[in-house]
Amino acid sequence: MTALSLAFTKDLFASVMLTGIYSLLSAGFFVLMDAVDVAFTEAAVGAGISTILMLTTLTMTGRFENRKLHHPKIALSVVIVTGIMLVMGTVDMPAFGSPSAPAQTHVAPYYIQQSAQDIDIPNIVTSVLASYRGFDTFGEVVVVFTAVIGVLALLEFARVERADSEKPVPMLQHKILRIVSKILIPPIMLFALYVQFHGEYSPGGGFQAGVIFASSIILYAMLFGIEQTRKAVSVPVVKVLSALGVLIYGSVGIASMLNGGTYLNYSVLAENDVTGQHIGIIVIELGVGITVATAMILIFLTFARRIGKTEEETA
Amino acid sequence: MIQHLPILQVIIPLLAAPICFILREAKLVRWFVLLANIMAFVVSIMLLQQVNVHGTLVYTLGGWEAPIGIEYRIDELNAYLLILVTSISTVTLMAAGSSLNKEMKESKQTYFYIAYMLCLTGLLGILATGDAFNVFVFLEISSLASYTMIAMGNDRRSLWASYQYLIMGTIGATFILIGIGLMYMMTGTLNMHDLAERLVEVEQTKTVFTAFAFFLVGVCLKLALFPLHLWLPNAYAYAPSIATVFLAATATKVAIYILLRFIFSVYGFEFSFSHLPLTEILVSLGLVGIIAASIVAIYQTNVKRLFAYSSVSQIGYMILGLGIGNKTGLTATLLHLFNHALMKSAIFLALAGVVYRIGNVNIKNFAGLGRQMPWTMAAIVIGGLSLIGVPLTVGFVSKWYLVLALLENGWWPIAVLVLVGSLLAIAYIWRIVEVAYFKAPLQNNQSHKEAPPAILIPAWIFVIANFYFGIDTSFTAGLSERTAELLFGVVK
Repeated sequence: MTALSLAFTKDLFASVMLTGIYSLLSAGFFVLMDAVDVAFTEAAVGAGISTILMLTTLTMTGRFENRKLHHPKIALSVVIVTGIMLVMGTVDMPAFGSPSAPAQTHVAPYYIQQSAQDIDIPNIVTSVLASYRGFDTFGEVVVVFTAVIGVLALLEFARVERADSEKPVPMLQHKILRIVSKILIPPIMLFALYVQFHGEYSPGGGFQAGVIFASSIILYAMLFGIEQTRKAVSVPVVKVLSALGVLIYGSVGIASMLNGGTYLNYSVLAENDVTGQHIGIIVIELGVGITVATAMILIFLTFARRIGKTEEETA
Repeated sequence: MIQHLPILQVIIPLLAAPICFILREAKLVRWFVLLANIMAFVVSIMLLQQVNVHGTLVYTLGGWEAPIGIEYRIDELNAYLLILVTSISTVTLMAAGSSLNKEMKESKQTYFYIAYMLCLTGLLGILATGDAFNVFVFLEISSLASYTMIAMGNDRRSLWASYQYLIMGTIGATFILIGIGLMYMMTGTLNMHDLAERLVEVEQTKTVFTAFAFFLVGVCLKLALFPLHLWLPNAYAYAPSIATVFLAATATKVAIYILLRFIFSVYGFEFSFSHLPLTEILVSLGLVGIIAASIVAIYQTNVKRLFAYSSVSQIGYMILGLGIGNKTGLTATLLHLFNHALMKSAIFLALAGVVYRIGNVNIKNFAGLGRQMPWTMAAIVIGGLSLIGVPLTVGFVSKWYLVLALLENGWWPIAVLVLVGSLLAIAYIWRIVEVAYFKAPLQNNQSHKEAPPAILIPAWIFVIANFYFGIDTSFTAGLSERTAELLFGVVK
């Protein structure tokens, strides 16, 4: 339903909010399917950060769609064909939740039975993501890093540098908001750190923690202005940190190579296999968290800096 | 260190990218990137040697045996393409310095180099891995990085081109992901080797069929098979020259690799060619692509766009070779992967030289360039001859195999159409030759000097390679034949 109204609305503001709702609902679905970690990520990224980023973009572009550039008929027919194909594909699928489905009987049992022995952390999802398929996660971090490079490459130089710009602080008049959020920001950061370091025991990990941490900074930026935030958070440092996160992850791999294992084999990092796994996972999650948090902050700040510029151009 | 070669191939460029971000100074970054590239190239050569001695190399990441963990699996096919990608990227980078200085501000160049490295990482990661989901992850890296590179072009239209590519590319990637997801659902594994074994049991189900169809369409979007090529001409035309060289020579080739890998090693020849009318689809799309794109190319005024359309038609040849479904056809495809990369790098690098001196590549401004920039133009002409398929060039070798494969099946009408494609190539190359050599220079274009050696030398490395591999085919043809046999050998 949300998706349908999303497709029909012309009000971009409404459609952004609807995508937010859509993500939140999907997060609900994921919880139903017992994928709590995925739900957590979807809620934090889909409903949280990406909605904020899209809203930031909207402040620059204006609220309504203006022209129709595309041929809806062709697009619609492609969508319909795709839909039919997908439905056709479901015909022979194993029943939902069936214990005899191939996905449940091949590698999954290994993860469930051996994870406690191999890695010894309660959250199996973390052990799959961080260790069994750690290289994929490394790839994901690099994807995030690539996105930062893309945004910076395109937007960082597109603006005119003004030394003494005093931009209007957006929410100066909202005293309550300012005070409440001032109280809220430290707990949010604390929560992020909790999610970060508690990822082995409960849903969470570097990705979610990074996003939550970044959202506290973004909240600050929205209430106290971009310039104020740039004073509090040094952009060059954030940039170095975002690269450092990737390097931390990568160097864990190098370390295990030097210790005689294959790349990202954490077991060789310590005397004991399981301890090695623990060290490896904590360090790489830290790398993930740093890169994700700094990436979100950088993307937001780079986008937001453009707001003042477009206002000036129109003025 | 030898046993770590497969992973070093990927993590050298991968880790180089964030280090570049910390280094920041464009001049420093440039040398660092070149160094990392040379290292990657050396690793790829050593890998091929290892494969020749020991056969397929398997490297388990994280120490977990596949299918529990992710493994890298290098056989002749990957090793061959790894060498192709790393060598082209290294030689292209030699020219990058001077070309980029002309086309973008120094402060921006660092980002370009980082994006370049990330793109290279993505491509190498796709080539090296033996895990289906890992392919997707690295595909995302390479795609994001290439959108960035394209959008950094001087022309404002580059933004639009990049956006188009982003939308099409994302659809392609999503389709690939759906395909992989369905495969996982039916088999419970993501490892390609394991997939191949377990898919056989569920071969008849509609879900597997759907998975294959989605995967196929997704990859064909990525490799710009006609009629899914719409993103390519603009992307190549408005990207920075160096990005065009690199992407034209490598990105579509890697997409074709994914296609080959899944058709032959994962699904198996039997399934791919008997459950689906793959021969008919690929042969007809390939042919239409060859003819249509060549005709469109004839009418282009932007020379980069002209060669972009020519790329679409060349991809048609590769898909045609694959669609024939015999060993010689596959050999032709594999040969053409390599050979086309050589031709297009030579041509686009020479065009980078033209951009360096003239600022654009409108065909009007080519008037008289034959005399003013003889070496640059000669590189374009020789590249063009190779595209046509003149003997002694690499283009001839791959077309020769292609025609042989067609005749092997007795499909002589198609062979004739392939030759018509070559005639069309003569037409669009001739347009450039005519303007460049037989027209007097324009009034305001009297005094253009030769392109700087930093661009010219790498371009000529490719030109010489065009001749070398056209005359001595033992490396490319030998390897392609062995690889083709290997791929067909997998089939039971």
